Amino acid sequence: MSTLTNQELEYLEQELRRKANDIELDAVGAQWSEHCSYKSSKKYLHLLPTRGKHIVVGPGYDAGILDVGDGYVLTVHIESHNHPSAIEPFGGAATGVGGVIRDIISMGTRPIAILDALRFAPLLETNHSVSKSKWLFKSVVKGIADYGNCIGIPTVGGEIEFDPSFQDYCLVDVAAIGFGRKEEIIKNEAEADDMIILAGGPTGRDGIRGASFASRTLEAENRSAVQIPDPFLEKLLLEATMEAVKERSLKCIKDLGGGGLACCLSETSDNVGRGFDVDLTKIHVRESHMVPNELMISESQERMLYITDKSKLSILQSILEKYGIKYSIIGTVQQHKDLIIRHLGKIVMHMPSHLVAHAPLAERTAKRPSYIDKLKAINRPVQPSNLGKAILSLLANPTIASKRWVYQQYDHEVGLRTVIKPGSGDAAIMRLDNGKFIALKLDGNSKHCYLDPYQGTLGCLSEGFRNVVCGGAEPIAVLDHLQFASPEDPEIYWTFVQTVNAIADYCKFMDVPVVGGKVSFYNETARGPIKPSPVIGTIGLVENKRFLMQTALSENESIFVVGQTRPEMGGSEYYEYFHGITGGIVPQVDLESDRQNRTVVLELIKMGLVSCIHDCSKGGIGVALAEMAISGSTGFKVQLDPIPSSCKQMDELLFSETHSRYIIATKDPEEVHKVLSAKGIRFAKIGRTTPAYIEFRNEERKIIRLSLKQLESKYCLLESNMSQK
Amino acid sequence: MAGRIGIAVFPGSNCDRDVHHILNNIIGVDAGFVWHTKDNINGYDAMIIPGGFAFGDRLRPGIIAAHSPIMQAVKRMAKDGLPVLGICNGFQILVESELLPGALMMNDSLRFVCKWTNVTVTNNKTPFTSQYTSNQIFGIPVAHGDGRYVVDSNILKEIKKKNQIVLRYASDNPNGSTDFIAAICNEDGNVMGMMPHPERASENILRLDRNENNKNMGNIWKGSEAITIFKSLVSNLNQKAVA
Repeated sequence: MSTLTNQELEYLEQELRRKANDIELDAVGAQWSEHCSYKSSKKYLHLLPTRGKHIVVGPGYDAGILDVGDGYVLTVHIESHNHPSAIEPFGGAATGVGGVIRDIISMGTRPIAILDALRFAPLLETNHSVSKSKWLFKSVVKGIADYGNCIGIPTVGGEIEFDPSFQDYCLVDVAAIGFGRKEEIIKNEAEADDMIILAGGPTGRDGIRGASFASRTLEAENRSAVQIPDPFLEKLLLEATMEAVKERSLKCIKDLGGGGLACCLSETSDNVGRGFDVDLTKIHVRESHMVPNELMISESQERMLYITDKSKLSILQSILEKYGIKYSIIGTVQQHKDLIIRHLGKIVMHMPSHLVAHAPLAERTAKRPSYIDKLKAINRPVQPSNLGKAILSLLANPTIASKRWVYQQYDHEVGLRTVIKPGSGDAAIMRLDNGKFIALKLDGNSKHCYLDPYQGTLGCLSEGFRNVVCGGAEPIAVLDHLQFASPEDPEIYWTFVQTVNAIADYCKFMDVPVVGGKVSFYNETARGPIKPSPVIGTIGLVENKRFLMQTALSENESIFVVGQTRPEMGGSEYYEYFHGITGGIVPQVDLESDRQNRTVVLELIKMGLVSCIHDCSKGGIGVALAEMAISGSTGFKVQLDPIPSSCKQMDELLFSETHSRYIIATKDPEEVHKVLSAKGIRFAKIGRTTPAYIEFRNEERKIIRLSLKQLESKYCLLESNMSQK
Repeated sequence: MAGRIGIAVFPGSNCDRDVHHILNNIIGVDAGFVWHTKDNINGYDAMIIPGGFAFGDRLRPGIIAAHSPIMQAVKRMAKDGLPVLGICNGFQILVESELLPGALMMNDSLRFVCKWTNVTVTNNKTPFTSQYTSNQIFGIPVAHGDGRYVVDSNILKEIKKKNQIVLRYASDNPNGSTDFIAAICNEDGNVMGMMPHPERASENILRLDRNENNKNMGNIWKGSEAITIFKSLVSNLNQKAVA
């Protein structure tokens, strides 16, 4: 049974001038799946800006490369493993980590950090002892931890969101960052007679049709499409590859991921512009009697393809043997541009690589969904009489609450680079070998993006930029991971197009390029589609150790709010979690003031005027201040009335998620006041830190007073809930 | 001049490069990697077995590494009275090699734990703790899934009597170890295994962090002196060189 559509079959036949055989159909089917071919998204991805001063290679939608000065580069990549994780969360998440790490290794760089963005349904206790979403959450975290810890790459950050649209499903996005010398980056070139080597795990029947499986909606549980993780073998591949790179014995590296050998061989051959002649009989296998179709599309994990010059083969072999890695010399590079596959002495596939590697684009139509306008106009909920209770409720909200239960399971310190660790800053900060630092963050907001995909996506970018600035960094590049339900549904496709437009508009305006990304469609179950869920990765560069920032308040600090607050309550945690309302106007990003606020805040940091800083995002000013208090075990007393705002109600002022806002604490309020006034941006000095309680006042009236103990007991609820055995 | 320090590297070692960095670049002594297949380590005056997942923790942590050629050489080294330090997975390997008593079991939380904690120096007479004052407390991170040190009551009595408990967790017990044990040594004191990672707390830049993860540590961690583990070792080798 072919996974190709009738039009694709026709196109294939026309190009080949013959009928394709079964093996060819399976190989092309894997490569032309949505997962591998981007056939629904390519047309729009061209809109994204991919050039910039730090960019070495733009996204060929593989790992991108950033120049960080002094001969050093960063490599970055992001991927998701949603379908497999929804069925087998431990293995699915673990192999997701493995896949993205191999992309970094393929560039010839050593992975130095992992980040993950996770999305689950709310953790409700049902009549079962443990709800499914709790099981998914637990197992996904364990899968990421076991893989990352074992391979010795720190998992340093990310984000987690809970939303009912992920019922019986989950989104598992993993980003990895590599670091290396610019001159050691693998150029991916090959000439005729070079040797093609397949190294690592033996090929078995696991993950058969995984790419095609990920390119359909999740209807039935197809377990054979889920792969089996082996982090130890990947660690060996990592060390062996790094050694082979140092010995300059590799001309080309490509990892095997979705679509297995079929995708790996066709893409690599097309990429280097040379044909391959490969004999499947040579492959080391896990199971006997595997047929060519299975060998071509198996997604067995921890496999790498190397191309080496004949004269360097013995060096590569001795390195692989040192690490006890199994390998097979499976073929040679040819002068022509075809992919020739042999099995038991017969040619079983012979096609132009370019044809296999480039699926015909799928024409999709976009239509604005009707729900969007309907949900805009909703009634404002009644403001609760006790706003302190609302703060406490939001702190206990798993989307906001402390993620200590998660990040303590990740080794986030191995490698001696993690300077700002999970739970202490808005972004993870890693030191580099040239005295500089990088700030890393993943952000998403499915609730905003559902109500308004364009503004919601602008907001994710604004939040990402704010987060790295709150680490003392200048944003230098963006990664995007675009996750939607079926692109064949015009209303879903419209949300995708809006999302891409938003990324293009934001990045062009800010003059920051997109260095890599990925698209994942068909994220839906029998219950329906997920909300549009773009995840944005932001990478910032910190030039000096003095600029590093954390969120913890300490004594004798004055507190400022930078930026205007508007009553933009749509998709806010206050509406969705506290009131159970979906609807309203989501925060609108004003690009000009977004840039201006950020620039001024970074200037203040560089001037040494900021003691600690936190951006306002989920839960608004109320939650941001409470988090700073919890983090620093220090309270505050603030006035709400001076905050620049167009809100009419206190709950809106406290919990609106308007973008482009920061909370700054300083020991030098006069100087901060002077700088902010001179720049003409909206800001207010709102109060000072206190020892043991937090207090919000409005026009001389105390409206909220809570002890730090009260805040902490709510903030750690997710941890205590998950820690129960 | 200190003698050479060897860092054992097994397939799956993760902290080998970190320890190498601290010794060579921060302390400024000569330390080199030794691959696990080597059975002759005569050129080295001390050996460090770093953390990680040697052989992927297959069967159980440390057991396969304990049977590798290098560990036979390390056993001879230990017998000759030369310093041998195992960190985290290195501790597990030393226990599986029967160079140290007891066993390391899964954490009582049943989860991997990565966080900072405080330890108390309960024996400052070893080559790894000689530069500490008695009962000095310092901050240091742990990162392990199988770090719960277990001994029966008879051995516990004996190792207490022989002063073999070198470090104890001071504030919280991150894994449920018997008697808060974080590090133990052999009877002669020249072989020590410790669960926490001194190499992760040996540079000021790695201690900048102030977060909820360190909450219950008070202010002690700020003045952490984990690097003194390595400095004690180097000083011990220097004294031997002079003598």
